[in-house]
Parts: sequence; structure tokens; C-alpha cells
Amino acid sequence: MADDATDGVREAAEHVPQWAMAIDLDRCTGCEACVVACAAENNVPTAGDEQAALGRAKHWIRIDRYYEGEFPDIRVKYRPVLCQQCDDAPCEPVCPVYATYQNSEGLNVQIYNRCIGTRYCANNCPYTVRFFNWFAPEWADPLGLQLNPDVSVRPGGVAEKCTFCVQRIKRAKLDASAEDRPVADGEVQPACVQSCPAEAMVFGDMSDPRSKVSKAIGSGRSGQLLPEVGTKPRVFYLEKAD
Amino acid sequence: MRGHGIHGPPEGPRRVPGHSPAKSASQVREEILGRMEGRSGAYLASVTICGAVVAWALYAWGYQIFRGIGHAGISRPVYWGLHIVNFVFWIGISHAGTLISAILRLTGAGWRKPVTRAAEAITVFCLMIGGLFPLIHIGRPAVFFWMLPYPNERLLWPNFRSPLFWDLTAILTYLTGSLIYLYLPLIPDLADIASRSDGFKRKVYRALSLGWTGADRQWQALERAMKLMAVLILAVAVSVHSVVAYDFSMSVAPTWHSTIFAPYFVVGAIFSGIAALVLVMAALRKALRLEDYLRELHFVNLGKLLLLLSLVWFYFTFSEHLTTWYGNFPGEMRVLAVREHGLYGFLFWTMVACNFAVPLVLLGIARLRSIATVAASGAAVLVGMWLERFLIVVPTLATPYLPAAAGGYAPSWIELSITAGTFAAMILLYLLFVKAFPIIAIWEYDDGIPAR
Repeated sequence: MADDATDGVREAAEHVPQWAMAIDLDRCTGCEACVVACAAENNVPTAGDEQAALGRAKHWIRIDRYYEGEFPDIRVKYRPVLCQQCDDAPCEPVCPVYATYQNSEGLNVQIYNRCIGTRYCANNCPYTVRFFNWFAPEWADPLGLQLNPDVSVRPGGVAEKCTFCVQRIKRAKLDASAEDRPVADGEVQPACVQSCPAEAMVFGDMSDPRSKVSKAIGSGRSGQLLPEVGTKPRVFYLEKAD
Repeated sequence: MRGHGIHGPPEGPRRVPGHSPAKSASQVREEILGRMEGRSGAYLASVTICGAVVAWALYAWGYQIFRGIGHAGISRPVYWGLHIVNFVFWIGISHAGTLISAILRLTGAGWRKPVTRAAEAITVFCLMIGGLFPLIHIGRPAVFFWMLPYPNERLLWPNFRSPLFWDLTAILTYLTGSLIYLYLPLIPDLADIASRSDGFKRKVYRALSLGWTGADRQWQALERAMKLMAVLILAVAVSVHSVVAYDFSMSVAPTWHSTIFAPYFVVGAIFSGIAALVLVMAALRKALRLEDYLRELHFVNLGKLLLLLSLVWFYFTFSEHLTTWYGNFPGEMRVLAVREHGLYGFLFWTMVACNFAVPLVLLGIARLRSIATVAASGAAVLVGMWLERFLIVVPTLATPYLPAAAGGYAPSWIELSITAGTFAAMILLYLLFVKAFPIIAIWEYDDGIPAR
């Protein structure tokens, strides 16, 4: 762009955060507070019994359960699964209209207005965390009265998924720039992180080595989901090595 | 009397001396043009029934558009269902025509004459039907054109890296090429029909014949154009189904990400294309009384080709499954397990029987090869190839990497109605075509039919 030359000084000085999340599986109790908080924060529509039975319920974050051992000596492990915000996201190149792409802060962003609904992205996501609006959105009463004004309501026929609560990231950046300071560590909290009673989730800038999320990622307990697919996720799972 | 000038090429290597014609050129001309006349009760009934089924399918499509695509049976994680199965199936059949007719034309196979136009028409109709499915499938069909690279004020481009964009490009190219390829050999016949008609009909056919007078120069130009198109269309046909295969193989989904998908799909496409062709030919032979033209020889020759492709198809299927099974990757093994057991397992073995066992027995044993068995094999292969597309699309999506996200798929009345509608549309288009255009290229019979 032409204005790069004039903005160069300011741009170079500005630090571009690289957002990442760490989830401590040894702390997760599977309470699903994150699922509820996410739905409320992000205007995720309710599907209703009938549609949910067809597999049309939307959960931008879900809790996968893994059972270990034989009944009755059984141990359950919970794994919250949300969009992994992959650096090499398989959903991105397959979209014919560029409705999804990687932004400079490492977010895998979805442009609802541009989406034409081929659902190729959803097929190509190894984590099955992309959702499709089969109908125009509806909410069971009175949920429709508490929509978040910071988040767009998606029309029928488009794909959607976890955004790392991009609206909260934007708010934090605005607040910080108004006070002429960088965004502080822990200042941005996606709804799921904020609502986790076990404090199993950490969110922050992984390019800052002093951030909590960087320390969690470097703790030696950290791993990624399906690393063999080569997607380079921005979500890290912490668990005790067995 | 030889059909010269307007009715046939002035001279050509086509003529085989020493054959006494069993039918003269003018007899052929009268017969074929005669087949375009008259509409029997059975014909009108067929048109009405097919029209009604197509109308019902359009209602189902409208219902899906205006009431929400959720009325179709697709859900998470099976985001692609019968709409995509049918898309791949119809685009596959479209290889009947153009490819077969181009190969026969280029190799100078003399027996191709009564086959080519019927085949080329299949291609065009299948592409018209198959090409609709992406539109039927997507969530917001009204903004379908965003996939096209058109100039716009926000300087937005489509994503050239997406296989879906390649697909759109390939299918539009193929449709254009196939239309030209069907049209070119029609030109002399159109002029012929115009010379026999009067009034409005004459005007229409005259305009369609693009000023054809039958001059030597025009014949030479036509021959050159047909040769060129035959070569070009071969390349386009192979690329089209490769790109359809890329829609799957470019993904990271278990069993879709396969290096042999492109040739596998091309072979499957030609396979199902020939199957459709022999079925259409058998129907035309009966309905239009073309016994003197579409003879046992044509069916037996195409039957041998069908048998060959059945063997090649089996080879590809075997290789694909053996390597997947031997490789033993967890994600792929789960898909294999789903695909080869339970309901999908029943469909899988039905597919193997239809695509391999039936043609092997009916066409492999020379004594059994006849018009009836070739047509029966064609029908079996169409069923088998449809099932193959289904078994590629659905079980993979139902069995994603993370078992927690696994799901199933049952098509709703919308998908079933639209599927029925496409078959009815194919028959309807064919019914209309045979009354508007000669189904056999008359000018190619410039020396009549030699005695057997």
C-alpha cells in the first residue's frame, strides 16, 4: 500500500501480538461453563431439540470426553475443543471466495458477508469445529433479548466458528491505544477463558515470552491436537505426560 | 442418388467402394428425418410424466431456497450429501459423449456414425444438469456469482487456490466446448432440414445452420474444425474430471486425500459414461425404430469397451483399498471400517457386484454378449457408479478425525426429489432433442448403409 511509507515509523514500532490459548486438561472438570459463556457472548443461535438431534446444534467450543479403563474403574478426561486458529489452516485455501483467511495476529478469521456456503471449509477442518447456519438464526425465549451488540448475527447459509472473541481483542486494543500503551497480558479474555471456574484456560500473546500463555506453552506439558495433520494450531493443551 | 452438396461432402475417404448399399443415402435421409415427425401417445405421456417430476424437483429446490437449506438431510459433520453425489455422478456421465465420440472420430472408427450424436447430446444434457448442483448445494445461491472473477468496485477476487474455483472454470469450459462439439456436425443436417421445411421452421433452422450451402470450402472448414475440437475436447474432458477429483483429494479428510483420485475419477467417469450411452442407445433403438442403424455390432463393440473399463475400475478400486488398508492409518482405517460394514457395507458390496461382477459375467463371456446384456450391464454400472460416488462422499465425512464429532446422514425428501428430478430432466431433454434434431448425423451416410 502507498501509505506504508508514511506510516512506516509508527507501524515498525507497533508490536503485532500473536494470539494463542493454552488449556490445562488436568484442571478441566468438564463443567461446560465455557460452552454456555461462548454461546451468550457470540450470539450463537439455539437449534431446538429436533434440529439438535439431527446434529445441527452449534457449539463454538465443545467438551470431548475420553474414557480410560474398564467399567467400573473408569476415568474420564475432558478436552475442550474450539477453533484451533491454525497457522496452516486447511479451511482457508479451499474457500472459493476468500471468506476465511489468516490475519496478521494469527487469527483465522471468517467473513460472514462474503461466505456463499459451500461448506468445503467445514469438511476440511480436521477438528470439525466449523458450523453452518442451516436456517436463519433463532433463539429460544428470552435468549433473543440479550444479544451481544458487539457481535454480528449470522444469516442463514453461511459458515461460522470460534473467533477467539475477536470483539474483545478489538476492545482491548482500542482501550490500550486510547491510553497510549500496549495491551497488557491478561487484558484480553475470551468468554470461555473468563468463565472457567477451574482457571484451566489461559489466553494471550505468544510472541511475548513473559506472557502467561507463553510460559504455559513452554511448560513442558504442552502439546497440540492432531499435530500429524500439520495444521500448526494456536491452541495448546497441557497435560501430565503419562 | 448420392447426397452431394448440401446433403453430404463432395468427396471423402469415408466411401468404401465395392459395397452395394442396403439403403441408399436418400433412403437414410428420409428415414432419419421421418423419425423427427409425429408425436405418439406414448411420447406425449412420457413428456408429461417427466415434466411433472421435474416440476416437483423444482418445487423441492424452491422449498430449500426459501425455507432454508436445513430442510435437506445434510448436517454436521456430513456437510456434503446427495447434492454433491449427484454432481459428481452427472459430470461423470457427461464423459460419455464427447470423449467417446472424440476418440472414435480421431481413430477413424467407421462404426461410430450412428453413435456420436447420441453420445454428444448426453454430454451436453448431463453438464447442464450436473452443473446446476453446485448452485443447488450452496448455502446462499443468490450470490453464486461471487465465485466468478468479474470486475467490481471493491476489487474482490475469487480464491484461485480453491479447487471449487478450478471446478467452476473446468465445467464452464467443458460445457462450452461440448456445445460447440455437438453443434458443428449438426450444421449440415440443420441446413438439410431447413431446405425441406417452410415458414417459421425454415427460418429457425436456416438461422441455426449459419449460412451453410455445402460448398467445398465449407466442408473443408467443418472437417478441420471437428478434428480440432475432437483433440481439444479430449484434453478438456480428462481435466474436468480430474478437477472434480481434486475437490476431494486436495482436502485433508481421511481417504479423500489420495494421489490416485484424479485418474480414478476419470476412469469412473468414462465407465459410467459408456454405461449411460448403451442404455440411451438401446432406448433410442426401440423407441425410434433404429434397428437398421444401431445394430448389434455397435452394442457389442461398446460392450467390450465397457468390460475393459470395468476391469480398469476394479484395478483402481483394489489399489486404493489395498494401500489404505495396508497403510493402517487410524483415521483412514475408521473410514474403511464404516464403509465396509453395516449399511454402507451393503452398498459397498452392491457397488462391487454392479461395477465388476455383472459386466464381467455378461460381457466377459462372449456367448452372452447381446444388445440386451450390454444394456443390462449399462444399467448395473450406472447404479454401481452412483453408489461409488455416495461411498466416497458420505462415509468419509461421517467419520472425521475426532471420533467425538462423528455423525450420520439420511437424505430428506428434498434431496430425493431433486435426485429423481435430474433423471427425469435427462429423459425429458432427450425426448425434446430427438424431435427437434436428427439423432443420427444424416450427412455421414452420404453413401447410404452398405449391406451387412
